[in-house]
Amino acid sequence: MRRWRRRGAQALFFLLIAAILFYALFPFYWAVVSSLRSGSRLFSISLLPLHPAWSNYLAVFQAEPFFRNILNSLFVATLVVLISLGFALGAAYALGRLRFAGRRMLLMTILGVSMFPQIAVLSGMFFIVRTLGLYNTPWALVLSYLIFTLPFTTWVLTAFMRELPRELEEAAIVDGARPLTLVLRVLLPLLAPAMVTTGVLAFIASWNEFLFALTFTLTPDERTVPVAIALISGASAYELPWGRIMAASVIVTLPLIALVLAFQNRIVSGLTAGAVKG
Amino acid sequence: MLAALAVVAGWPFLQTIWLGFTDAELGGGPAKFVGLDNFGGLLEDPTWWRAVANTLVFTVLSVSLEAALGMVIALALDRRFPGRSLVRAAVIVPWAIPTVVSAKLWAWMLNDVFGIVNAVLDGLGLLAKPVAWVAAPGTALLSVVLVDAWKTTPFVALLLLAGLQGIPGELYEAGRIDGAKPLQIFVFITLPLLRPALLVALIFRTLDALRVFDIIYVIAGDNPASMSMSVFARQSLVEFQQVGYGSAAASLVFVIVAVVTVIYVRAGRLWQEA
Repeated sequence: MRRWRRRGAQALFFLLIAAILFYALFPFYWAVVSSLRSGSRLFSISLLPLHPAWSNYLAVFQAEPFFRNILNSLFVATLVVLISLGFALGAAYALGRLRFAGRRMLLMTILGVSMFPQIAVLSGMFFIVRTLGLYNTPWALVLSYLIFTLPFTTWVLTAFMRELPRELEEAAIVDGARPLTLVLRVLLPLLAPAMVTTGVLAFIASWNEFLFALTFTLTPDERTVPVAIALISGASAYELPWGRIMAASVIVTLPLIALVLAFQNRIVSGLTAGAVKG
Repeated sequence: MLAALAVVAGWPFLQTIWLGFTDAELGGGPAKFVGLDNFGGLLEDPTWWRAVANTLVFTVLSVSLEAALGMVIALALDRRFPGRSLVRAAVIVPWAIPTVVSAKLWAWMLNDVFGIVNAVLDGLGLLAKPVAWVAAPGTALLSVVLVDAWKTTPFVALLLLAGLQGIPGELYEAGRIDGAKPLQIFVFITLPLLRPALLVALIFRTLDALRVFDIIYVIAGDNPASMSMSVFARQSLVEFQQVGYGSAAASLVFVIVAVVTVIYVRAGRLWQEA
């Protein structure tokens, strides 16, 4: 009797796991299947891609400047990651090691900025971007993305910095290292794993950003990937080319899934380090 | 560093607040100071109030749903079973998908004519006629909540899982020896020890939900039935080119987010001490 109950509980548990897997994976699977269907096959609801067709994938690159959009996204995200990591490294050293008045206050401000509603800087940012002549260029996005990547990278790197043993730096200082040598030769190698994690997170955030990208770009050539996908349209407002939209979605999502799966343990610890230490 | 932060974040923010007190328009002449006119206008604007209500409903529903689903997933993944790390990797997938893409995935699945959701429900005989999930006023907001929950539950689940794995196994054992039932163990051992992780997840998700833009804009556009505060502010700013009015709305979004944050932190402290 008891064995049967155990078996039953186990079966229920695996049913739950199966349900979780289905819930997590089916929508993306369905996008892949739909992206491989051309013409009227798109409206079939059979679960398997029986006659895969690549026409949607070709159409994405022919009907839209999608290759250009991918390059824009890559350019913006890479630059944002490099700039924010550079700044954050210096700032994390100051916040994690040096003692100065108002340090705690400053940390709280940084955290506050990262929780900021983006919409609250939209109109101010718009005028700045226009005054600087950056409207409808990727530079406008680089500038505005720093608002949310800088505080985040600084916060997480500071948390990591605090866990490093001071003795290493003290030894370096005794050996006569200058501050810059100290940061570059001693801290950088130690912080490298943390920098990779925050870099990946900042990259994902910039790659996915939508509100600023939608507002600060105008022409299809300057759009980033999320805006391009959101604005793919068909002959009329009532017939969206769903096959093409799904193909574009799959193209930009696969590398991201690969990135997240490759770094999954680090990402979880990066998120919790950023979150729990507050 | 401070200077950099001040330039990229502080300056545009102050500019937004200032614009909220002017009658600035895109491409219009020099802005004139109009005092509290914009804010007065907002107080009398039913569309704005609708957006506030939508945002609050969206926040409460999506955050509770994410907390509940996240808890179930975290508890399941906390147990040892063959293939656990694979399942954990699979659970992260929705979080890795860009917001715009998840919105489009679901817009396609929820499509009234060709969507698989209607097809399946119809096949099960549950629907008398196809439902226009995203367009109908009754279901628009609900659809958006479901999509947001799908996308961000992994984040909550992973935070909670990290919390669960920090709970020492002896405590569960002691509970079982004392004859506690599984539900009692959950309520009296797991939940109290999970408080910090749960609190962090709730705060992060709430602040995120209050400023929601992408999901709602991509799925339902400017449909007033599901419009959030951020969508409203952007519509005034960009579509209607009323920069002053939109900036006032954006400043109010900031005030509301700040007030909720303070309440949350206070309540969290009380809960922590209780």
